[in-house]
Amino acid sequence: MSRPQTITEKILAAHCGRETTGVRPGQIVNAAIDLVVCHEITTPPAIKMMQRLGVTKVFDPDKLVVTPDHFVPNKDIQTAELTKELQRFVRDQGIKHYYELGEHGICHALIPEKGHILPGMTAVCADSHTTTLGAFGAFASGIGSTDLAAVLATGELWFRVPPTLRFNLNGKLPRGVFSKDLILYIISKIGVDGARYCAMEYHGDTIASLSMEARMTISNMAVEAGGKSGIFHADAVTDEYVRARTSVTYTPFCSDADAEYQSVMDIDVSSLEPIVALPSLPSNGRFIGEVGNVAIDQAYIGSCTNARIEDLREAAAIMKGRHIAKGVKAIVVPATTSIWKQALREGLFEIFTDAGCVVSTATCGACLGGSMGVLGKQEVCISTTNRNFTGRMGHPEALVYLASPATVAASAITGVITDPRPYMN
Amino acid sequence: MSRTIKGRAHVYSRAHINTDEIIPARYLNTHDHAELAKHAMEDIDKEFLARVQPGDILVAGEDFGCGSSREHAVWALRGAGIAAVVGTSFARIFFRNSFNNGFLAVECVGAAAETTTGDEIEIDVDRGTFRNLTKGTSRDFVPLGEFVHELLDAGGLLPYIAKKNGTTYAPAGPQVDVKLTSLKG
Ligand code: SF4
Repeated sequence: MSRPQTITEKILAAHCGRETTGVRPGQIVNAAIDLVVCHEITTPPAIKMMQRLGVTKVFDPDKLVVTPDHFVPNKDIQTAELTKELQRFVRDQGIKHYYELGEHGICHALIPEKGHILPGMTAVCADSHTTTLGAFGAFASGIGSTDLAAVLATGELWFRVPPTLRFNLNGKLPRGVFSKDLILYIISKIGVDGARYCAMEYHGDTIASLSMEARMTISNMAVEAGGKSGIFHADAVTDEYVRARTSVTYTPFCSDADAEYQSVMDIDVSSLEPIVALPSLPSNGRFIGEVGNVAIDQAYIGSCTNARIEDLREAAAIMKGRHIAKGVKAIVVPATTSIWKQALREGLFEIFTDAGCVVSTATCGACLGGSMGVLGKQEVCISTTNRNFTGRMGHPEALVYLASPATVAASAITGVITDPRPYMN
Repeated sequence: MSRTIKGRAHVYSRAHINTDEIIPARYLNTHDHAELAKHAMEDIDKEFLARVQPGDILVAGEDFGCGSSREHAVWALRGAGIAAVVGTSFARIFFRNSFNNGFLAVECVGAAAETTTGDEIEIDVDRGTFRNLTKGTSRDFVPLGEFVHELLDAGGLLPYIAKKNGTTYAPAGPQVDVKLTSLKG
């Protein structure tokens, strides 16, 4: 009989043939990978490396999901060449899960939406925010291009089994406080390396009231605390979301009650207020009342963290019938094409554009200083994205503040960083 | 095989030096190592490239390489001539990207605090010892373990896989990247 195991240990054990013996933190295991996500930045180098290995066919084309997302529509000649390489790869390998421009989306938002991630899976992508998929009770972690080449060739990858940090979330989020505020709060408490090498695992009665979208925002930012993954247990909410998108069956895993955790943190979420992370670390979180008077040049609603339909609805509810402050640039970038269409149908674009925002097609865009709102020297931006490092959204002297879509919307209206609660009708 | 390397130190002891600083996203439209190397550490230290010589060692503080998963960070540093990085600690993706490339990353508490840029240092990977030859000091670190040693010996994860399969990992072909620097966003 193996020792009591966490959900992460169980998933890894089940994927390296150690169901009966189990695995323990620190062990290096070679795990079979169920889902490989590919985008145009990190995949082309991996394709070349796979070829140098003498491998011409990927291990299983049906386990790959491919979309261009970072610089789409291609922002320059070089990015056009990268997406061409991606397309060629899709053709050569006979990959059926390919989302071309017009069906595309930021991969971490697109994968769940299309029903590709299921509880109990192992999923990788050469992108740090792959942790997003942990919201579904899967082991999902970001890797590098060499790792990706190895997975494409063999279907397996080495992992050091992570210790797990347990977070007990209890109470109900107050009005105007969102899962983004909660994860910014956690990161402000444990620091940008507080979960380094570790799985972050969430428990508590708050979770049942969190939508899959809200959970994804929390899992997405695990990496901003240095985490290897951010995992929730699948429940009725998960099942409903997944069943609406795929009929493929799955086997969920569940932590044993007496599993070992490296640490446990209890959070009464009902005591939280809107939070803003000041430049230039995601861990610089302050309650909105402590932020002071910060004038902004730009408000950005986008990224794999907070540009799903619920996020856009929250922002639109605040902007409805109002106008953004003079001199502020407000940019809305839905995370996927489907979200874009949904927002169009719901009339959200009319609200945004009447308020003075511009709306873009789905793209990573300015989140990584790519395109669609790159910041100039000393510009100040409040953003729904996930990291505010020096130079992240453009000029190294630009300043980025991270917040929920509601806080970003309210700030766009006033032109200074603003508590969204008085603007919520 | 002896795994000892010696080189001149470049010290960046600030915590949380992230991959956006090591190689800014604005240069990610290429994966040509030489091209990336031209911008290594540019947003932290504009003099970095001018000072680095092949075989030098970067000595860093806590959580070096945090942020995005871009392997470009390892390629840019190596392309610039850096032979290894010694950090108080590393962000996990940077750490695995290093070994996957057969590039040495050693976690050694205290190394940054007692090293000055220009010091001659030596890393003994098997023993787990960091020596500052200029200052005559030495620190131990936890040896990396068998699997990681195998990766380093093979020259990275892909040569390691090739070796296990009885094949070879072919040398890189000519780079086919388009170079139109004037069009960089
Ligand atoms: S939206 Fe930003 S954080 Fe998310 S995948 Fe794209 S660049 Fe990365």
